[in-house]
Amino acid sequence: MKSLKTSTNITKTIIYVVCIFLSILSIFPFWLMFVNATRSTYQIQQNSVALFPSTFLFSNWKILNGKSFNAAVGFMNSMLVSSGATLCAVYFSSLTAYALVAYTWKLRQPFFSFILAIMMIPAQVTGIGFYQMMYKIGWVNSLWPLILPSIAAPAMVFFMRQYLMATLSLDIVNSARIDGAGEFYTFNRIILPIMKPAMATQAIFTFVTNWNNLFIPMIILTRREKYTMPIMVSLLRGDIYKTEYGSVYLGLALTVLPLFVVYFLLSKYIIAGVALGALKE
Amino acid sequence: MRKKGINYAKYGYYFSIPFVLAYLIFSLYPTIYTVIIGFTDLRGLGRTTFTFLDDPFENFKLILANDTFKKSVVNTAVIWIMNFIPQILLALLLTAWFTNRRFKVKGQGIFKVLIYMPNIITAATIAILFNSLFGYPKGPVNDLLMTLGILDAPANFHMQEWTSKGVVAFIQFWMWYGNSMIVLIAGVLGISPTLFEAAEVDGATPTQIFFKITLPRLKTILLYVLITSMVGGLQMYDIPKLYLWGGPDNATLTASVFIHNQAFSGSYLYNRAAAASMLMFLIIVVLSIAMFYLMRDRGEQKLRKQERARVRVLKREASV
Repeated sequence: MKSLKTSTNITKTIIYVVCIFLSILSIFPFWLMFVNATRSTYQIQQNSVALFPSTFLFSNWKILNGKSFNAAVGFMNSMLVSSGATLCAVYFSSLTAYALVAYTWKLRQPFFSFILAIMMIPAQVTGIGFYQMMYKIGWVNSLWPLILPSIAAPAMVFFMRQYLMATLSLDIVNSARIDGAGEFYTFNRIILPIMKPAMATQAIFTFVTNWNNLFIPMIILTRREKYTMPIMVSLLRGDIYKTEYGSVYLGLALTVLPLFVVYFLLSKYIIAGVALGALKE
Repeated sequence: MRKKGINYAKYGYYFSIPFVLAYLIFSLYPTIYTVIIGFTDLRGLGRTTFTFLDDPFENFKLILANDTFKKSVVNTAVIWIMNFIPQILLALLLTAWFTNRRFKVKGQGIFKVLIYMPNIITAATIAILFNSLFGYPKGPVNDLLMTLGILDAPANFHMQEWTSKGVVAFIQFWMWYGNSMIVLIAGVLGISPTLFEAAEVDGATPTQIFFKITLPRLKTILLYVLITSMVGGLQMYDIPKLYLWGGPDNATLTASVFIHNQAFSGSYLYNRAAAASMLMFLIIVVLSIAMFYLMRDRGEQKLRKQERARVRVLKREASV
């Protein structure tokens, strides 16, 4: 019995050492990024690993903004795209899920099977056709092609349907009908509030996914004033920033900062959401 | 009641209209368009008119004969395997540790939050960050390795085929093992606790419990992780594109980067890129269907075997 306890303790020590190592592995690259964003290029060339910040944040900022990188523009465009896409996806997925759960209609089952079938198909493999179509209708360099497709988000419809099946009692719908409420009114005023927890989880993931998206924005947006954050970031790989180490780190840090804030405020919900299999990218 | 259901049925259609319209316009139409472009001569910046080729499969033949495309497909597979094997092993190990009732690991919440974190950070940013971290001759990784005495001289990670592939695979691994771990832990928590209790009462060791109870019951979840990772891996774009633009000497050129380069640089070969996209599309469809049936059939075979064994035991008991 005693030997069992000792071996358990040894294993536990190994577990903690490994977990702490992995945690450091997660943080350290970002820590270096934030610290180096405040250091001068000279300092970074002398020693690229430093644990504490220096005083060159402002001069790095000036160099960064003096060239092609424009954090404010990237932030605004990313904000518009991500918020727009999230609103569309959450609202219309809930509506579609409600149609699948609350009503009995002939094509309901085929429609649901269809949603299951298209869930895995990535938008990326049809990018060429998408680009050609947007080019034809003059939507290249518009943010709409990045927002409107979110109205049809099969994976989210699937998730919302599972949630509604578990929580919605049709008695509520029926009593609303008796009170004379219209179907659309019932959905907006009674059903949507019930779905709030599911909507919140899904909203976080949709927002982050859209914020991070690179492939489709990269083919649709070619004008610098329309760039979203990830495309703006790709400019930091260009030759004009080749020797400006401090500014590159600062540019990277700026794109990550909003995500860090969101993540550490909402990490509890995000982890719970992943556990639900919500992140289907 | 029944009559009411019939009365309201039309709302089922009404409320599905926005989804269906958006799907037709933004997904189905581009899919068909991509298929069509694959059979045409559409190329060149700003062109939208095209004619069908005399040999409809010319683009497909050219793509399949293209050495760079072949290399990009091999690279995608190699980098995916280099990322997935360590990813799933580490995720399983952490799952075994975190769900083990004897260890009662404290601070699990914080570990999960930190380990999962890289997953939500912009991949484009991470690619460029790692490009700086692995810088040559001065860069944090080189500095650290030299301080620790592992390296005598700085290594140029960006110029060698296998170190650059390795870094891309490492980034993918590092971004995704936390995600796999959380999904697997959720799977374990879904297993009935009485099974574990019974095993413990019978004196099973944690290792036995993990391999005999946890792992077999995680099969569906593992399949889910495998398929989503495969489909995601086939689309690998952000990291290889921005880490080294697919270099050195195409060592990190993945299929998605190849397709993007074909269509949106050089001579704007939309038709070739569309053909390559469709090949990738087919691979995605075939892989996920094959995997689905493989795992399902295996599960059924096992069930049948167990059933037969049970019948045999019953017969024996009856004869005694």
